[in-house]
Amino acid sequence: MTRLSIMLGALLILLSSSVVLVVAPYFAYVWPEAQGRNHELSEVQQRGREVYISMGCVYCHSQQPRNPGYGPDTARGWGYQPSAQDYAGQYPHQLGTSRTGPDLYNIGDRNPSIQWNLIHLYDPRLVVPWSIMPSFRFLFTEKDQPGPEDVVLDLKNIGVHPPRHVVATQDALALMAYLKSLQQKELPAHE
Amino acid sequence: MNAAIFNFATLSGLLTMIGILVTALAFYSQAWKLTQTSGLSIFAQGEVGQGESAAVTSQKAHWRSLDILSQASVSFGVLTSSFWLVIGSLAGFTSSIKLHHPEVFGNTAELTFGRLRSFHLNAVGYGWLSIAGVSLVVWLMPRLVRERLPFASFNFAGIGLWNLCLTAGLTGILLGHSSGIEWLEMPRLANFGIALAGGMVATPVLLSVLTAKVDHLYVTAWYFLAALLWFPILFIIGNAPSIHNGIEHALANWWFAHNALGLWFTPISIGIGYYIIPKIIGRPIYSYNLSFLGFWTLALFYSNVGVHHLIGGPVPQWVVTVSVVMSMMMLIPVIAVAINHHMTAFRFLSKLRTSIPLRFIVIGSMMYTVSSVQGSLHSLRGLSRISHFTHYTVGHAHLGAYGFVSFVLFGAIYFALPKVMERDWPYPKWISLHFWCAIIGILVYVISLSIGGIIQGMAMLDISQPFMNSVTHTQAYMIGRSVGGGLMTLGHLVFFAHIVGLMLGALSNIRHRGELQK
Repeated sequence: MTRLSIMLGALLILLSSSVVLVVAPYFAYVWPEAQGRNHELSEVQQRGREVYISMGCVYCHSQQPRNPGYGPDTARGWGYQPSAQDYAGQYPHQLGTSRTGPDLYNIGDRNPSIQWNLIHLYDPRLVVPWSIMPSFRFLFTEKDQPGPEDVVLDLKNIGVHPPRHVVATQDALALMAYLKSLQQKELPAHE
Repeated sequence: MNAAIFNFATLSGLLTMIGILVTALAFYSQAWKLTQTSGLSIFAQGEVGQGESAAVTSQKAHWRSLDILSQASVSFGVLTSSFWLVIGSLAGFTSSIKLHHPEVFGNTAELTFGRLRSFHLNAVGYGWLSIAGVSLVVWLMPRLVRERLPFASFNFAGIGLWNLCLTAGLTGILLGHSSGIEWLEMPRLANFGIALAGGMVATPVLLSVLTAKVDHLYVTAWYFLAALLWFPILFIIGNAPSIHNGIEHALANWWFAHNALGLWFTPISIGIGYYIIPKIIGRPIYSYNLSFLGFWTLALFYSNVGVHHLIGGPVPQWVVTVSVVMSMMMLIPVIAVAINHHMTAFRFLSKLRTSIPLRFIVIGSMMYTVSSVQGSLHSLRGLSRISHFTHYTVGHAHLGAYGFVSFVLFGAIYFALPKVMERDWPYPKWISLHFWCAIIGILVYVISLSIGGIIQGMAMLDISQPFMNSVTHTQAYMIGRSVGGGLMTLGHLVFFAHIVGLMLGALSNIRHRGELQK
């Protein structure tokens, strides 16, 4: 009696908690197709998102500005609090729970410069001296003679003169495309 | 849709109310026939009043015959889990250094912060805590049901499969194949393998409980039973392919992640505490009836707290509210366990000086109380505004996973391994060294991150300060964290070396015995 009731009780409790917190939301959000505000990612943006995931950016950067009642996220220029619908279709979610670095929900609006972001990715401390972000030099190659298609870091502008040209890899460029796609969705016309 | 939302919140409340009523009813109708003497079921005739120590010479024959049954699985599990502890804490220590010296190992993609951090989490969570936990369950269950576990080879095979999948999964993370889901970073195939391994370890335990001939099943077994049922199910639901996306996925993610703590690591450690504390002291737990309340309320409330990780986020308020309410309700099982563990131990505090296993477990249990109360409080909006998104949360997680769970596991391994291997610890001073490294390490770690995290949070909330301040003002505390982490890592090296030393000694014992037989 005791033994069966532990097993059944334990299973029932887990079942009810998963119904409430896992299954219920699935039915609570059935978005009407026409209302979908989610912009599909292009192939290169999707690849960039995969680089973002593989490098573990989410452990320091959230993507969820909170409303002013919780903190001055909007005043810092991180965007307005999005609605649940704005995340529709994202898998895996990258909301994040840590802000060792700033929120990136609208980084594409906030800092659209590919050059700045590439240099910052190559070595964050070249442009932000106090930064503790890792440098991602392994996402770049060095070349003596870059080709016409190559994106070369414009390091001379900030007073750095590397012996060879620093060229962004496809992964770095894809990551930039993804970051650029991170923009505050328009507010709905009527709601 | 409002109607639907209202219904789900009501549903949650209703289910919990039913749970509470059933618990209360079972309690008052005395369906479980609990009495104060039920707590005596862990003692053999005439054992009350004499504590059991870790020393092999003091081992009673009836316990010895049960302890050596699990020799193969337990030695395998303890050795591999402590190996993962060493590897995992080296990864954690390196990640910690990167937060004040970001260029350390800066040119290697495999060792970038984001990968090393998830390597650390998975190695210590699913390597150390989980494998050490199941090994101790495998050791303790025969003592609780007073007989050999059926299909015991499943335990050994399960631990083997577990290690295999973990190795594959951790390698996957370093090579950049992380799934990107916190607490579930290892590639899906590896995780399904671990769920299967969990099921394999659980089978003998569940069968032994169903067929056991003991009159009363001791409270420790309730916790083990529930944990072993929950883990494979949780892990499979957590890893289910993308039925969810966007916000629903975030909810499912944190429902899983907090349940991994609450319904897997926690019940195993509480269960161990319920057995070893009274056993070393030689007196039954303070209130056996209270353990009934503690067990069922833990299950009812803990299973719903996860979404407090998304407070203030773009999720429906009712889900967060459910989780915040449940987080506060968690005070009930926490206090129930606290009364039972602490009141049992406090009557015999002098034993803490002589028994290091007891010291580890009693302090671990105290840290459970502290970290749980802390967790309940900072799920409240007022505190969460400051602590959310900061290093404070990391400190809290370590207080729970290390201060509580790991301390209990350390104590239990120091208590059990000599009995299982029939060999005393070769260097008793090393145990003391490990203890002091661990306790000073975790205190320095948690205090640094709690203060640093609050400074970071206040700086982020204050719009007159640039974001920069939240980074620069916490640098000193990041160094403090590395100091604490370094001490803990040092302790783990000692711990691992000691386990290897004991096992080498046990091997030579066995060889010696073999020669005598010739």
